Amino acid sequence: MSNPNHGPDAYLREEMLPEMPPPPRETGMVKWLHENLFSGPVNAGLTVLGLLIVWFLFDHFYPWFAHSVWNASSLPECRKIIAETWGEGAGGACFAVIRERWNQYIYGFYPPGLYWRPTLVFGLLFVALAPILFSISRNIRRIVLLTAAIVTVLSLVALNTPPIWLGVAVAIFAVALLVAERRQMWLLGFSAFYPLLGVWLIWGGSFWWIIMILAGMGFGSLAFIIAGRLSPLLAGSSAIVVTLLVWVFLSGDAAKDAENLYSLAIARVDSEAIGGFLLAITIGVAGITMSLPLGIVLALARRSDMFLVSSLAVIFIEFIRGVPLITLLFVAQLLLNYFLPPGTSFDIVLRVIIMVTLFAAAYMAEVIRGGLAALPTGQYEAADALGLDYWKAQRLIVLPQALKISIPGIVSTFIGMFKDTTLVAFVGLYEPLKNISDAVRANIEWKGIYWEPFIFVGAIFFIICFSMSRYSMYLERRLQRDNR
Amino acid sequence: MKRTVFWGALAVTAMTAGAAAADTLSEVKNRGELNCGVNPGLVGFAAPDANGNWAGFDVDLCKAVAAAVLGDPGKVKYVPLTGQTRFTGLSSGEVDLLARNSTWSFSRDTDLKLDFAGVNYYDGQGFMVRKDLGVTSTKELDGATICIQTGTTTELNLADYFKANGMEYQPVNIDSNAEGEQQYMAGACDAYTTDISGLAATRAAFADPENHVILPEVISKEPLAPAVRHGDNNWGDIVRWTLNALIAAEEYGITSKNIEELAKSSENPEVQRILGVTDDLGAMIGLDKEWAKRAIQASGNYGEIFAANVGEQTPIGLARGLNAQWTQGGLLYAQPFR
Amino acid sequence: MTEVPLGAEQPFRLSMLVYDRRYRSMTFQVIVFILVMALGWWLVNNTIRNLAALGKDFNFGFLFQRAGYDIPQRLIPYSSDDTHLRATIVGLLNTILISFMGCIAATILGVAIGIARLSNNWLFARLMAIYVEVFRNIPLLLWILIIYAIFTDVLPPPNAYRGDDPQWSMIFFDQVALTNRYTAVPAFGMSNDPGTIDLGARITVNLALIAFLVVIIGGWIARRAILARAQAIQDRTGHRPVTWWINLAVMTVPSVLLIWYFGLHLLAPELKGFNFSGGNNLNNALVVLWLALTLYTGAFIAEIVRGGVLAVSKGQTEAAFALGLRPKATMNLVILPQALRVIIPPLISQYLNLTKNSSLAIAVGYMDLRGTLGGTTQNQTGRELESIVLMMLIYLALSLIISAGMNAFNRSVRLKER
Repeated sequence: MSNPNHGPDAYLREEMLPEMPPPPRETGMVKWLHENLFSGPVNAGLTVLGLLIVWFLFDHFYPWFAHSVWNASSLPECRKIIAETWGEGAGGACFAVIRERWNQYIYGFYPPGLYWRPTLVFGLLFVALAPILFSISRNIRRIVLLTAAIVTVLSLVALNTPPIWLGVAVAIFAVALLVAERRQMWLLGFSAFYPLLGVWLIWGGSFWWIIMILAGMGFGSLAFIIAGRLSPLLAGSSAIVVTLLVWVFLSGDAAKDAENLYSLAIARVDSEAIGGFLLAITIGVAGITMSLPLGIVLALARRSDMFLVSSLAVIFIEFIRGVPLITLLFVAQLLLNYFLPPGTSFDIVLRVIIMVTLFAAAYMAEVIRGGLAALPTGQYEAADALGLDYWKAQRLIVLPQALKISIPGIVSTFIGMFKDTTLVAFVGLYEPLKNISDAVRANIEWKGIYWEPFIFVGAIFFIICFSMSRYSMYLERRLQRDNR
Repeated sequence: MKRTVFWGALAVTAMTAGAAAADTLSEVKNRGELNCGVNPGLVGFAAPDANGNWAGFDVDLCKAVAAAVLGDPGKVKYVPLTGQTRFTGLSSGEVDLLARNSTWSFSRDTDLKLDFAGVNYYDGQGFMVRKDLGVTSTKELDGATICIQTGTTTELNLADYFKANGMEYQPVNIDSNAEGEQQYMAGACDAYTTDISGLAATRAAFADPENHVILPEVISKEPLAPAVRHGDNNWGDIVRWTLNALIAAEEYGITSKNIEELAKSSENPEVQRILGVTDDLGAMIGLDKEWAKRAIQASGNYGEIFAANVGEQTPIGLARGLNAQWTQGGLLYAQPFR
Repeated sequence: MTEVPLGAEQPFRLSMLVYDRRYRSMTFQVIVFILVMALGWWLVNNTIRNLAALGKDFNFGFLFQRAGYDIPQRLIPYSSDDTHLRATIVGLLNTILISFMGCIAATILGVAIGIARLSNNWLFARLMAIYVEVFRNIPLLLWILIIYAIFTDVLPPPNAYRGDDPQWSMIFFDQVALTNRYTAVPAFGMSNDPGTIDLGARITVNLALIAFLVVIIGGWIARRAILARAQAIQDRTGHRPVTWWINLAVMTVPSVLLIWYFGLHLLAPELKGFNFSGGNNLNNALVVLWLALTLYTGAFIAEIVRGGVLAVSKGQTEAAFALGLRPKATMNLVILPQALRVIIPPLISQYLNLTKNSSLAIAVGYMDLRGTLGGTTQNQTGRELESIVLMMLIYLALSLIISAGMNAFNRSVRLKER
């Protein structure tokens, strides 16, 4: 301590030094560079390697993209435009093919006058998904629904939709937007009805079929209520039996008669006409919707105490998981007709959907089984202690938690399945990646165009799969927070 | 809920599939549509355009059969079948008629349980090479890499031919004609082999057809024939005689233009029988009187179909060669309508 | 209602089949059994009727007929005169070959990228993240087609290497030629060839290969023995003898001696006639499929590795550092053994996926099991029912064998609870 009575000590400082700026190595850009890129010889080497990769990619692909041509009617014309604009020998992408064949890539050979139907179905998909996928955040739900509504209605106008249907679309979206604000769970009713509506709009035919299918289910639930007074077991089985009986013996004739009486039919479209992303998304969505419940049933069966039930589930799951999807598609195409009564033949798209569903369901079952196993035993015991029966325990306690745990796995199974829809190329369906592109190249104008279709199709797949995986990560985080 | 929808969809399809009919003819009539198996894309023989409308030599046969049976050449559902799946598609009942440049061979006729309804195109297997390769004969292809479609008779012919001549080759297996073209154009194979008609069709679509030659040797006989399932003889007869009607029509000068006029005025008893003016031949195969007339009207007689799809005026530019009428030195010889 | 005394036998009533929990599961299983049997009977009966209607039968006799087609890529001798059975085996071996090569390469790539993503190098970690996302979110079929197109359109035909001033020249000291048909790599030649032994069925194995295998396996066993002895000495005395140079010698010297003895050298491929010969020509179908499967599966494995390493809590690393372990030792002794337990189960399923995805060989004409048995054989003989059923069974067996083997490995690294 300095003493004021003595003279100032030479070795003592009287006042604070001014704050010096930190050394240049430790601030701002330089520090960041040093820490993140050049912290050591290995790190520096990696940085150089990374820069080389970036430079290589840029050098090889930038000119090609920069010279893109979007307006041409054939590949030679495209090349001519590139040569004229950028000089002889310049390479360039010819995305004009996407512009020219856009409809084919999106709808396949679907009748052009009816493009509005699949477009509407696609737009409504978001309404159907809203209460399931977008239930936890009102903001996201609002944004998704509003975007879907605006984009769909605008495309419907551009596609010359009949005014009645335009009105229907606007009405559905408006009601959905209103309902989603207050009572979003009401939208689940629409989600349940959506598959039937989608099938009807895409394939066409008489609306009476849909009504009769619903009527079958109505009779079924009536039987459920009546038989439920006697015994719950009887209720379930009688509901199924009554529904099936109505469908098999009544629905067909009733729908035909009703159709003759008052026609509610829209033009039929053959499965062969469905192609492009319409096909991929149809197979994907149908497979996803059906594989999840099937997967849950399989997972529960595999964990069942009943020896026979669990071993059947194991055999089924391991068999499906042990063979490539492509062989199952061959079964759908080549062998299914052997296994069905002579003379029956049904739609190849439906056959493929069934196979894809079974395939995804086996994987889904394993994912959900993981979720079930991860649940603490206490939860099962608590359910038992409450005296809940098996189904109630599963429905109220076990599944909600197990499914929440399995969300990442479920979504990655969905993504895998959506990517696998490209394999239907090998059973002759016009999916966008191979067969539509081959069909495009079969024309003399676009012979020899490879990279542009690949990039286009790849980009669309990337966007869909990437956003699905990102959204699942978001969902996972949100649900985790709820648990805290 | 969603599960029940699934069963609902199944039930609907099962119902729309309807009761199975024993014979193909009544099945087709009930359905109101002919399911015709075709090549997924071979210019000139069968290929869809941008709107999904099919055209080609094989497609016209489908149209003729549909016209004869259903009265409307438009009532055809074209089912594209690859080389690998075509026969199964037929035997499983997915298609009623396979008009997909398929070779009529012993084992296919017997072991695969097919019935071939008569040759609609006499073909043979050949090789296409680039002109600058300087190869003039198949015999010079020793050691070459050759593109070949899997699941075809050409694959077997190729193996046999090179073995018989003591030569080596390296096969590049490809799945479709489009892929074969890509590989061949890039030089991934020295030669591309398939039926000569297919080679000509492929070459016609090149940007530089003049730089490619089809070698003179024909290493096999490839009688291409429409096929039906074994065991349904009446349906086989219908396809066979529809084809015969098209061939006979050319022989007797019946074209899609003059057919109405000939039906009224022709004095030739054979023409009268074909066109159903006299005798009711159609009744013998379960059709009406004018079946053959409609078949010919659909896309014209054999000569017209040939000229419109693959003939010398088209980019494919095939000569009639073996496929000329027997009166012209070819092999086409329709059995008499009597 | 009469009171039933506790523990007394209740008289059996029919309704107990439904209401009594002791019998209910039995009833349910019997119903399921009957339904499954009925379904099975229905399917078999339909198949029999369909086969009868088509005049076909169900027998595997076709496997012993002459195949008549050629297979470009094969591991055992095969010609078109051989039977369909042999063609099937050639195809199966090709499937195993591509799966094996793919699994090894994908693991190496995946581990490297997974660790690179964790590196603190900002640029490189981001690049690797982009790679992983791009490959995981685009269908494998697209990657196969793109790489196939690159090989077909960008690489030259063999005759580009012809002439005094060729457009393309061979790489790696004139040993490797990339063409759009195959990758020509050197073959091994021996000046002192010990000959071959015949394993029957025209399969021969070179004795030199056996000698190398014996020496390498012997060296590996010797190394284990040396390490065990070193450990024993360390346990006894506290000092670990230096073993690395003995290990190195045991592993390499015998092989070098063998190379010298057999006069092993490389035979460079040469352009003769249409094609390269003298070396080995790796079919592009194989190379393309291998690359595509590796890049695609590698992206998934990278994520698994990253997840596994992240799953080891940071406290473990800090504890290891506190003990004075160096970063490398921390990785090898602390983090990896724990991460491995997280990594292996999903890794098994990636290996299985890769094996199953190898059936996409259909897109490039690589003759694997699907290409032979499920492709040409099925088509030429018209035996789709037999071929596809057999093919599915073989794939199933392959999957079960792989998962059994990997599960055994998994058990060996699992936490041993004492």
